[in-house]
Amino acid sequence: MNFNMKKLCVLGILVGLVFACKKGSDVLPDVFAGFTKPANFPEPEYDFSRNPITEAGFELGKRLFYEPRLSRNNTIACGSCHIQSASFTHHGHDVSHGIDDRLGTRNPMPIVNLAWQREFFWDGGVFDLDLSPVNAITSPVEMDETVPNVIRKLRQHPDYTALFKKAFGTEEITDARLFKALSQFMLMAVSADTKYDKVMRNEEGAAFTEAEKKGYVFFKQRCATCHSEPLFTDRSYRNNGLQPNRVNDIGRDSVTLNPRDRYAFKVPSLRNWQYTAPYMHDGRFLTLNRVLEHYRSGMVDSETLDPIFRQPDGRIGILMTDEEKENLMAFLQTLNDREFVTNPLFAEPEMGGLIVN
Amino acid sequence: MLIIAALIAAACGKDSPLPDAGKKGAFSIEFDNIVGEETLSFHPREYTNAKGEKFSIKLLQYFVSNIKLYKADGSEYAVPQEDSYFLVNGGDRATRFTQVEAPEGDYTKVSFILGVDAERSKMPVEARKGVLSFNPDQGHEGGGMYWGWNSGYIFFKFEGHCNLVSDDQQGDPTGNKQFKYHIGGFGGYSAPTINNIKVITVDLAPGGMAKVRAGLRSNVHLLVDVMQVFNGPHTFSIPEHPNVMFSEYSVHIANNFPSMFSHDHTENFVRSEDEL
Repeated sequence: MNFNMKKLCVLGILVGLVFACKKGSDVLPDVFAGFTKPANFPEPEYDFSRNPITEAGFELGKRLFYEPRLSRNNTIACGSCHIQSASFTHHGHDVSHGIDDRLGTRNPMPIVNLAWQREFFWDGGVFDLDLSPVNAITSPVEMDETVPNVIRKLRQHPDYTALFKKAFGTEEITDARLFKALSQFMLMAVSADTKYDKVMRNEEGAAFTEAEKKGYVFFKQRCATCHSEPLFTDRSYRNNGLQPNRVNDIGRDSVTLNPRDRYAFKVPSLRNWQYTAPYMHDGRFLTLNRVLEHYRSGMVDSETLDPIFRQPDGRIGILMTDEEKENLMAFLQTLNDREFVTNPLFAEPEMGGLIVN
Repeated sequence: MLIIAALIAAACGKDSPLPDAGKKGAFSIEFDNIVGEETLSFHPREYTNAKGEKFSIKLLQYFVSNIKLYKADGSEYAVPQEDSYFLVNGGDRATRFTQVEAPEGDYTKVSFILGVDAERSKMPVEARKGVLSFNPDQGHEGGGMYWGWNSGYIFFKFEGHCNLVSDDQQGDPTGNKQFKYHIGGFGGYSAPTINNIKVITVDLAPGGMAKVRAGLRSNVHLLVDVMQVFNGPHTFSIPEHPNVMFSEYSVHIANNFPSMFSHDHTENFVRSEDEL
């Protein structure tokens, strides 16, 4: 290959790249749809009248979500531990892995369908989505930064004044605007396009298989009290019989100081479980099978064990034959939303690459 | 009518013009922090508590809010809540006054919350202004006056050193012999929990009532004895409780708070802060 040929080749590759990127960005809808309540969902809990979602607000929120300046040494972004392909949790990490390689004590919760949550985190210590970033920003094992310092850094950055102006009308960068923009991004993370949803909404002729149907019946009998449809959580806090861990995390009790809440943790949604392993508040179980085995035979009794697990014969747990378990697993497979975890709307903007956000 | 007005004016004397409730004047409470019978200084100056334990102070900060003034006839004036949040920092004398406006009048009692009321603690971010905000240069400077993991303000933050503090997890594992008291708790959002909001009421009659007049300032000078944190009705030992944050024990410490405040004197008809 002579010099010119080489040049041509490079040019060809570049053109190809640009073409590929264009194609990629074409996947994004031309019109920003804003927040839409899925037909089979209840009314959201978040008060949108205080913080109406706009395209500019969402885009700013996305930029901030992937902004490492939110951490003390500018290395950790929200998106570092809440990864889209893992349904906005930290795949493969039992507990949060934050700044300076420090480890937390809990598994990061997925940022999904938060518009329907009343309280946040495993212990429900935060009661306003807008205030949830304070937790991660100020936690010494996560971002180890202060909010005023984050605002200072954003004010100094060349891009943000314009982005805040676009989103909120003026250039001011304030705490309320920072939090509201992040909320806009998080609120848009609605996952409701699973096979289950399609069946419920009678879409595209979607129908459960025999095994899924049987699994659904079992689910409704034995699981749905806590993992209630369509969010697959009743948003309560319960002690599900896990052996207390080494740090003796007492869960909800640390927030209410009520001994009856000892070892109670938020009932997590089952949506997108395929992407959110490992499971439980400390990520101790690596597989769905291990989770189901916990409910079948691994539960540890204690004073605050949720009474729902006490069987009339004195046993604790959920009685389940092997066949029932298989059917249940088939049904649970219908709760994974591949479109959500691959939706380019939520993807990290490629700042340095060919796609200029 | 004229005669009556003239008589009243004469009775009130020269330095005390007739209060006109339609006008407003400046009113402040001064939080003068002391330690027992000594002035407040920071580390390495040492003090000794009732248990005979020597300690030094590194940080003292607290919120004051919801100021109310009462007249002898029992009527009260509540400062508009929006304007009634202050953060007193023991290390910054500029923060020692909580200055507000009040209708002209002679006030015999004043009350305030040590901390932040439950209502405001639940409000959305845009309603958390001034010292309650997270903004640089006006808020609490991320000075750790807020629990991010358990949404709520820390009402009273008091940190220092005591050589009796152990080096283990129950003490200070960094080996720096620190004690830390971060007292808060507004009663819980959806589930009831500890409420350490303390309404402090100060009778001004013995030390001089506050005469608020337009164009002038009335300043109620309080002494705030932080030694009472240890020596109040619930006397406790620093090494036995070197870290008290969001826990049941914090209720005992908060119960000591009212005993910290005493009225020293009132300065009325003040024209400039230099006079205080």
